[in-house]
Amino acid sequence: MNTAVRERPSDRAGREALERALAAWPAIAPGLPGMHASGIAKLRENALARFRASGFPTARDEEWKYTDLSALTARSFMQVPGDVQAATTEPLPHHALFDDLGGHRLAFVDGRHAPELSSIGPLPDGVRIESLGAALLRDPAALETWLADSRGHSAMAALNAAFMADGALVIVPAAVELAEPIHLVFLGATASTVQPRNLIVVGEHSKCTLIEHYAGSAPTFTNALTQAFLARDADVEYCKLQDEGERALHVGGTHVAQAQGSRFAGHSVSLGASLARHDVTAIFDGERCTATLDGLYLAGGRQHVDHHTRIDHAQPHGTSREHFRGILDGRSRGVFNGRIVVHPGAQQSDAWLTSRNLLLSADAEADTKPQLEIYADDVKCAHGATVGQLDENELFYLRSRGFDAAAARSVLTWAFARSALDAIRLAPLRAHLERACLDRLPQALPLAELA
Amino acid sequence: MPPILEIRGLEARVDDKPILRGIDLTVNPGEVHAIMGPNGSGKSTLAQVLAGRETYAVTAGEVRYLGADLLTRAPEERAREGLFLAFQYPVEIAGVSNVYLLKAALNAARRHRGEPELDAMDFLALVRGKLKAMEMPEDLIYRSVNEGFSGGEKKRNEILQMALLEPKLAILDEADSGLDIDALQVVARGINALRAPGRAMIVVTHYQRLLDYVVPDFVHVLSQGRIVRSGGKELALELESRGYGWIDDAAPAAVRAQ
Repeated sequence: MNTAVRERPSDRAGREALERALAAWPAIAPGLPGMHASGIAKLRENALARFRASGFPTARDEEWKYTDLSALTARSFMQVPGDVQAATTEPLPHHALFDDLGGHRLAFVDGRHAPELSSIGPLPDGVRIESLGAALLRDPAALETWLADSRGHSAMAALNAAFMADGALVIVPAAVELAEPIHLVFLGATASTVQPRNLIVVGEHSKCTLIEHYAGSAPTFTNALTQAFLARDADVEYCKLQDEGERALHVGGTHVAQAQGSRFAGHSVSLGASLARHDVTAIFDGERCTATLDGLYLAGGRQHVDHHTRIDHAQPHGTSREHFRGILDGRSRGVFNGRIVVHPGAQQSDAWLTSRNLLLSADAEADTKPQLEIYADDVKCAHGATVGQLDENELFYLRSRGFDAAAARSVLTWAFARSALDAIRLAPLRAHLERACLDRLPQALPLAELA
Repeated sequence: MPPILEIRGLEARVDDKPILRGIDLTVNPGEVHAIMGPNGSGKSTLAQVLAGRETYAVTAGEVRYLGADLLTRAPEERAREGLFLAFQYPVEIAGVSNVYLLKAALNAARRHRGEPELDAMDFLALVRGKLKAMEMPEDLIYRSVNEGFSGGEKKRNEILQMALLEPKLAILDEADSGLDIDALQVVARGINALRAPGRAMIVVTHYQRLLDYVVPDFVHVLSQGRIVRSGGKELALELESRGYGWIDDAAPAAVRAQ
């Protein structure tokens, strides 16, 4: 037997990308915002050290068992196109600006704040919606505590923490209800590696709605990291829409820290990219927190979409609700791993998690795993997971009413998808999401009338 | 007028188990036929086979509907040609509103007949009238199809669909099961309102109760996949008083007599 350890191609791609990142660091680091402040510089260097130690996640990491990043993403990570002149710029998807949404828009192109596409309306006193990069240049120390909180972060989040250059900073002070939504939109125009970092801080008794939206047909590699801090009794509705082109690779983390009595309603809608991975975590740092995490993913062709969620009931009287739905066609693969941890002493926790997958083709695959870890005795926890096809009784019922087979299938598929969007409170956003989903589903009928 | 439905020697199986073992039946315009029989006799199978359910394999026989072969047609083609099945267990469809289903079904049939589709206003006016007749609250049409409906509401919803679609042949599979006497009367009124010279109905029922209200022209008794007895409406009363045991005993004789 040959005992020499031979490096697998995927490991080599990951190692080479890690080496590229480390080699690029000395040249890139001085230009990164906040490096002039020792706290931020230290934070970046620590993050880089963490990433150096772990490297790109591989299938050997339990959390990345189904989504081997080392092969796919490492290949394109930080690869500068050989000829910059020849690098094509894709037309910007202006429809992604959601002009009818109203409210405030902070736009980014290839990871950089694009003021010309942004539009921030009048804001109540103390509310900030601005470029994180600019804020890091101006007053890095003010952001340090939040940026240093790496609870729930993966190796990819550490990579982001080292290289973050820009993103959104949203600060809502105490007792402010922002009636209008905040739309953070990230457009990919060229083949590039972008690592957006978003920081959302919502004060006591304040309320806001945020959309984090990725679009564009360019072959971008996005490694996004969003942190949200909800103070006492804050109420946040958050929606992440990943609607990138088929050549894009997307890795993203959304990490929420909740103080007493706060409410977080999060939705993750993942439609595009050849590979998409979303880590969503919420930690109840105070009593009586509520988190709802909903998700909808559509995949076809050879798309791969992976959601890993984790809710930490670290304090008593918390409620969490999780409901994810996937529709998988072609040879696509959907992964859902929902973890709920009820910590010792977190009595009267109430957690409920379901995952439903609809397979439209014999070659599509779904891997779904609820994971409940309960270390308290007075709790209510339930979970369920299904993987199945369209219901034959429902199909026959529709056909017996005159729907042809293709129409019946598309009606039922759409009904399955849209019920995952019902919980979205902001009606114009829901309409956009429905449209984005419809654009990616086979349509044999004007399904928009279905509602 | 030629018959609406002619069934000759129909045999069907599910998973290699014979269910229908030679059915012959002719239904003419204006007629109401009741098909009765004990559980497992094949009543529902017959209804589903006529509507085009692919779970059942037809292994022999012929069915002509309006003079043309029925069995080669897809369920949706049969529906658009005016064949309607009221389900014994109406299916719940989450996320599809009742009004969408009703309108799409009606317009599919209208398109097939070369008639213009109804717009939202005309459709609503039409459906409101039918709702009233079925004593159904209007909000039922804005809910998901049959989802969370009571047993009675589901059955009324089937008759509502039938009333809108105005089929040439309506097959009602246990339209009365699970209904209290008030709901039964509403459903029966809905069915009777659709009796017309050009239309035929097949009423599948286990009990004679519905036939007190929807009085059939013919009654057929199904046993072990065959029609073992046919008669007028008095046959239903006889079954009611003597039970199906009487038919089962008689079945071999009836078969031999063929």
